[in-house]
Amino acid sequence: MDTSPVPRLELRGITKRFPGVLANDNVGFAVMPGEIHALLGENGAGKSTLVKMIYGIMQPDAGEILWNGQPVTVANPKAARRLGIGMVFQHFSLFEAMTVLENIALGLDAKVPQRELEAKIRAVMQQYGLLLDPHRTVSTLSVGERQRIEIVRALLLNPSLLIMDEPTSVLTPQEVEQLFVVLRQLAKEGCSILYISHKLHEIKALCDTATILRGGKLVDTCDPKVETSRSMAEKMIGAGLKDIVKGKDRSFGAARFTVRELSVKSDSQFGTSLDRIGFEVRAGEILGIAGVAGNGQNELLLALDGEIPVGADAILMDGKPIGARNTSERRRLGLCAVPEERHGHAAVPDFTLADNSVLTARDRLGMVAGGLINSGKAKTYTGDVISAFSVKAQGHGSAANSLSGGNLQKYIMGREILQNPGVLVVSQPTWGVDAGAAAAIHQAIVDLAAQGTAVVVISQDLDELLSLCDTLAVINGGRLSQKKVVGEVSIEEIGLLMGGVHGTAEETHITAGAAHAVPA
Amino acid sequence: MQFRLEKRPQPSQLMLYLAPVLAVLLTMVVGALLFSALGYDGIGAVLEIFTKPLTNPLKWQDLGVKAAPLIIIAVGLSIAYRANVWNIGAEGQYVAGALGGTAVVLLTMKMQGPWILPTMIIAGMLAGMALAAIPAFLKTRFDVNEILTTLMLNYAIVQLLYFLLRTSWKDPMAFGFPRTALFTASQSLPYLWPGTILHWGVPIAGIVAIIAWFVMGRSVFGFQVRVVGSAPNAARYGGFSANRTVWLVMLVSGALAGLAGVLEAAGPFRQLVPAFPTGYGFTAIIVAFLGRLNPFGCVIAGLVLAISYVGGEVAQTTLGLPSAATGIFQGMLLFFLLAGDVFVRYRLRPVVARAQGEAA
Repeated sequence: MDTSPVPRLELRGITKRFPGVLANDNVGFAVMPGEIHALLGENGAGKSTLVKMIYGIMQPDAGEILWNGQPVTVANPKAARRLGIGMVFQHFSLFEAMTVLENIALGLDAKVPQRELEAKIRAVMQQYGLLLDPHRTVSTLSVGERQRIEIVRALLLNPSLLIMDEPTSVLTPQEVEQLFVVLRQLAKEGCSILYISHKLHEIKALCDTATILRGGKLVDTCDPKVETSRSMAEKMIGAGLKDIVKGKDRSFGAARFTVRELSVKSDSQFGTSLDRIGFEVRAGEILGIAGVAGNGQNELLLALDGEIPVGADAILMDGKPIGARNTSERRRLGLCAVPEERHGHAAVPDFTLADNSVLTARDRLGMVAGGLINSGKAKTYTGDVISAFSVKAQGHGSAANSLSGGNLQKYIMGREILQNPGVLVVSQPTWGVDAGAAAAIHQAIVDLAAQGTAVVVISQDLDELLSLCDTLAVINGGRLSQKKVVGEVSIEEIGLLMGGVHGTAEETHITAGAAHAVPA
Repeated sequence: MQFRLEKRPQPSQLMLYLAPVLAVLLTMVVGALLFSALGYDGIGAVLEIFTKPLTNPLKWQDLGVKAAPLIIIAVGLSIAYRANVWNIGAEGQYVAGALGGTAVVLLTMKMQGPWILPTMIIAGMLAGMALAAIPAFLKTRFDVNEILTTLMLNYAIVQLLYFLLRTSWKDPMAFGFPRTALFTASQSLPYLWPGTILHWGVPIAGIVAIIAWFVMGRSVFGFQVRVVGSAPNAARYGGFSANRTVWLVMLVSGALAGLAGVLEAAGPFRQLVPAFPTGYGFTAIIVAFLGRLNPFGCVIAGLVLAISYVGGEVAQTTLGLPSAATGIFQGMLLFFLLAGDVFVRYRLRPVVARAQGEAA
């Protein structure tokens, strides 16, 4: 093991400017050999920009990068790999229709004969317990297995620094544990790991050191084992954390929103078909739908809000079948929805906020008379949303794409919530949103439910669902599990459901991902 | 050295409106160079084409008469293009409009009354809509690309025109020439003022632009068109059907092209001849883009293109430029405009080092 005091990687005064933003402002820290170093910060704090410069995708405007004590210029990713820097990206670059082996071969800089490569891959897989059949086609693999391909691809080059960009955002709790075993083994062998995340408990469990960024600046470098999750979170957001305030003894009314035997055939090759989904949400209840991305969440939202047609009796609102109603009719009846993608789905990026209010609120709030739009009403309503949800915008005339992600999300949530819906369906309500805005959005959802609205929250963030929701179901491969009561269900149980183990013994079917699971 | 186009984070609003002006200026400069290289007096030709129609009051009427159909068609096209529906078939819909109007003419040859002209206009608009309905049906039902279908129908409808002029619609008194009888007074657009060639189509073009501006800016229909064109997923989420929008904008743009056709037949032509299709439907595409898909922009752009038509005719007689010169100028105008738009939204970046095998 390398115990020399020379850091493997050291950054000094790294600065990177983009038009209008200072993405990194004089950032410096060091990663020692064999150290697992967390890079912690909210979305937009400058983590990605920083690692892109380390990996040679971008060049810093100022500052220097030292590799084993020597100043280096990392011209491009190929140069980074030559130095011994490997990176596993958050979004995989894999060809669905090709095998594991072919995908790895395509990503290599040098041409290696296939048999030799396969032997090498098998050796690496064996060494780290990354079990995977090199001849499987990628489209048949789970997200966790796909990530293993990327890790194997990086490890083939014997890196001495491995950068992992938000690696657990798509994994089940069990898969996260397996990943940590591999990373700890790598670190023990002397490989440094730069671990980018905003999940504090993971960092506490895995990392030796944490560097915290906020707004492009270095806030602190600390020992996550000593810090509490709360103290790191407060450094990360630069303010005190607000907890969700839920009323005491919440009681639920009658069933407001019922989904029965909802099946939707996906029209794209790699989409997920919904298979006999059923659940019921009572007045005042917040139901969470957990699951790893790509398991039918998008299709479910589109089916619920009327963007894809379903059978008339598949969806009931206050006992009335609404499955055959279109989006506008459902909204008039009081079903509002917020899809995951803000730009171009929940909002029109180059429209003003007032026009974006017309998009979904025009019928419910009487903004249309005789085929003409009452723009005064739209502006007034938009002003109400802006002030009620403290949206940072110049006014109703601001273009949607001029708002930050968190502010746009607050506006969109506000636009739907102030319509006072009977049923609210939201997907990823706080995805890519800073902690302050996330807390405000969570509180707004809880307050809406307290008025008797039935709420469905679809999210990949299990922590969010556990703190926000009353009940929880898990979607996997287009099938929805039984509804569980939050507080009575264990994380392990949810994790198993997310990994594809369903319900009762005779019904249990294990997906490819779980079948290859390695005992942690 | 390699270059790649990189999206600008925020396209400059100023440049968005300056691009058409720059395109006109570049067209003039390159046109002057081109005609100099061909042995003509290049600068003289450009001045002749672009300034003569403006400085000579006798040509102002010509400008109005040429601009009117361009503006009417372009306003319709700009509505379709706003919704990302690429109707390239305005030329055919324009001819269809003339055919529809002429069908009424031939049925009412022996009749008189103020009802005939409005009937012709309605028939012309319906004919334009009917032709535009074919690509709308094919696109919404079978997902057939409307660019191809609208373009190909242009040629089909012109063949229908030739066929009718040589058979049942041929005027028996025309000594065998393929043309219809002259329209009667009840069947022709009156002149605004006696002694001028300004017909009622000219103010109608202005009215069409005003109505379109109001509808696009204030109505739910206009909102729908803008959302569908700007963000199709958001439109679906907002409850606007993409197929319904395709139908609506195809019918509106077809009706307006048909209107232009029947006005042109009942105004300047007053009969139908094989030379009726003069490419207004294609030139109107340039007008729509030059006018930034805005109805009032279309009025200004329609006048600019009318200048190139009228000026081109002047230059044919005074400088002996070929008649194709007008087409060359109009083509360059669209080219520079589209090229300018690319650079408003993107910038050219040299590729320093090729990043291989890089994800993200």
